[in-house]
Amino acid sequence: MKDLVMETRVDAQTVKIEARKAQVFYGQNHAIKDVDVDILDKTVTAFIGPSGCGKSTFLRCLNRMNDTIPGCRVEGKITLEGEDIYDARVDPVQLRAKVGMVFQKPNPFPKSIYDNVAYGPKIHGLTRNKAELDEVVEACLRKAALWNEVKDRLQTPGTGLSGGQQQRLCIARAIATSPEVLLMDEPCSALDPIATAQVEELIDELRSQFSVVIVTHSMQQAARVSQRTAFFHLGNLVEYGETGQIFTNPRDPRTESYITGRIG
Amino acid sequence: MSTGLLTLIILALATFGMVAGRARAVASAGGDIRRLHSLPTFYGRFAALLAAVPAFLLVIVWLLAQPVFIENRALSLISPADIPQGSSDTLVMSDVRRIAGGLDQLAARGADLAPLVTDAPALKAALNAAGVALQNEPAPSVIAAAQALRAMQSTSRLIMTGVALVLAVAGLGWGLSRVRPEFRARNATESFSMWLLIGCSLVAVLTTVGIVASLVFETAHFFRLYPAKDFFFSTTWNPQFRGGSSLGIWPLVWGTLYVSAIALVVAVPVGLMSAVYLAEYASKKTRSWVKPAIEILAGIPTIVYGLFALITVGPLLRDWIAQPAGLGDSSSSVMTAGLVMGIMVIPFVSSLSDDIINAVPQSLRDGSLGLGATPSETVRQVVLPAALPGIVGAVLLAASRAIGETMIVVMGAGAAAKLSLNPFEAMTTVTVKIVSQLTGDTEFASPETLVAFALGLTLFTLTLGLNILALYIVRKYREQYE
Repeated sequence: MKDLVMETRVDAQTVKIEARKAQVFYGQNHAIKDVDVDILDKTVTAFIGPSGCGKSTFLRCLNRMNDTIPGCRVEGKITLEGEDIYDARVDPVQLRAKVGMVFQKPNPFPKSIYDNVAYGPKIHGLTRNKAELDEVVEACLRKAALWNEVKDRLQTPGTGLSGGQQQRLCIARAIATSPEVLLMDEPCSALDPIATAQVEELIDELRSQFSVVIVTHSMQQAARVSQRTAFFHLGNLVEYGETGQIFTNPRDPRTESYITGRIG
Repeated sequence: MSTGLLTLIILALATFGMVAGRARAVASAGGDIRRLHSLPTFYGRFAALLAAVPAFLLVIVWLLAQPVFIENRALSLISPADIPQGSSDTLVMSDVRRIAGGLDQLAARGADLAPLVTDAPALKAALNAAGVALQNEPAPSVIAAAQALRAMQSTSRLIMTGVALVLAVAGLGWGLSRVRPEFRARNATESFSMWLLIGCSLVAVLTTVGIVASLVFETAHFFRLYPAKDFFFSTTWNPQFRGGSSLGIWPLVWGTLYVSAIALVVAVPVGLMSAVYLAEYASKKTRSWVKPAIEILAGIPTIVYGLFALITVGPLLRDWIAQPAGLGDSSSSVMTAGLVMGIMVIPFVSSLSDDIINAVPQSLRDGSLGLGATPSETVRQVVLPAALPGIVGAVLLAASRAIGETMIVVMGAGAAAKLSLNPFEAMTTVTVKIVSQLTGDTEFASPETLVAFALGLTLFTLTLGLNILALYIVRKYREQYE
């Protein structure tokens, strides 16, 4: 029965985010050129590529975090469930509630563990009372595989946790707003191998509920956690396809050079 | 030889050492400076430092110690009978110093001193003519002491000049003699610089210690003349220079705290909110001119703020608020001084808070915005809590500044020591009363003047307490948040 459910989920490949001819400029610098991507629902999509290739920049376009960078301009069309997210009618604040983000460096707020997770539900008014909020916090911490470690010290500062725990707290915080898409910008680059393994396991579990987009420098990680992979190089999307195909049978010579370690 | 000339000679020797040391170093290496351990200038600098530093240290120590030794010996020459009733050693010694100074002046004009020193009335007349006013004719032992003082001063100066010059020349010679290619002149001058830096920081530390010690010592003196119980527990401040004054500190402390509190009520919200605007909302261009413009407020002399309080704010408050509301008809009031002082300390709050808010990592803002929070939610719930320790520090710095302020209070709040809750009444602060107790022709022996030290110590304790509190808060929260 469980296997059957998993099957149907993998088969249900509806397009969540669609980018067409996306361009990003930082002042005069043309950072992203003509990127066309379909991010599928309930799938982990990995963005790989050498440093400075624009994968993080493109990730930040998907929830308009680039709006906070002065001099940054986005052109082309990016839609979330068919709605243009750069349309003037879209409120970026609401958009970011739907497209959550986990950052490279764990960035827990200077608040208690409980308040960190409750932050999103509180500002968006997702719960009616304290008991409901408690439930949400517990559920999110359980999903982030952190509950057992912190259930006795929910009121201690989130900054007091270890690096791996902090990153899982940030993931719990991001899923507490019940987003539809979760963007992760190198979520494991500041973590040790054990914490990395925990976070990767978590990403795999999250796939059942969200569409996850992860930027990573580790090709092993991309191969382990993702179903689809996009390779970026010098601001261009070079190749996008099934993860297995990208790593075993790349179509573009640049992709092959990168995954075999010749460019980077 | 005057100290100025001596200084010039020592500096000349040092300059010579600079040039000669350099030349000697180059010569010792046979013209090839790569054979030297250090660059040639370091050898020159080394010789110059050896010539100048010991000699100058000697001069400084000598000039500081000389009066103590010499005056003690001159004092021993004065017979106890010549110290008038009601006077003291120190008063007679100041006469001795004045006579000695006057005699120096007369000698410089070429007057014959021999007949004068035996003839007290003539001496008094001559000194008065030279501009040195004496109250009564000096006693013979006082004149003798003055003469001895002059003699000892000139001998001491001669010895000092001699020793300093010998030291400078010896240092120069030794420094030059050590110039050899393998000598590590660079390291030697380096340790000289370290001692110079240590010396400079010691000056600051010792000055603080000295100021506190003198405050404590004089305050103890005050409490011997005036009961501490009355000072700390009386609620009236009414100094009488004929004696019998009541010197209760509470009206002054109350005035200080009341004015400072109003100042902070003005400055903290305005300062903090402008800091948030500058750090979070303003574009780079706006920020680049708004921030300096706010900081100009800190550069306006407080007396100008005082004028503003006296001429504009005071009458305005009186005519538009105090009188219609029946709260008083004085143009100097706690409110006036507090408002103006609040404006004055805005830049302390805003500029520091702005720096602190900017130091909050961008990752925290991104985290909050990435969860769909608006900028103002981010500021209120994430940025300000993270910046809180620094902001508290900025506020307490502003508070210390407000507590120590004098000029605005004199001109804005008046000089009447009062315990009242009405903010439109004239009150005064500790600082203002220190000024008023010390201005005027008063001797430094009565409780009315010595109370200034007790007030100063109270003020110092107050601001020190605030600073310690600030440090404590900053440390406590920093551990938690970073």
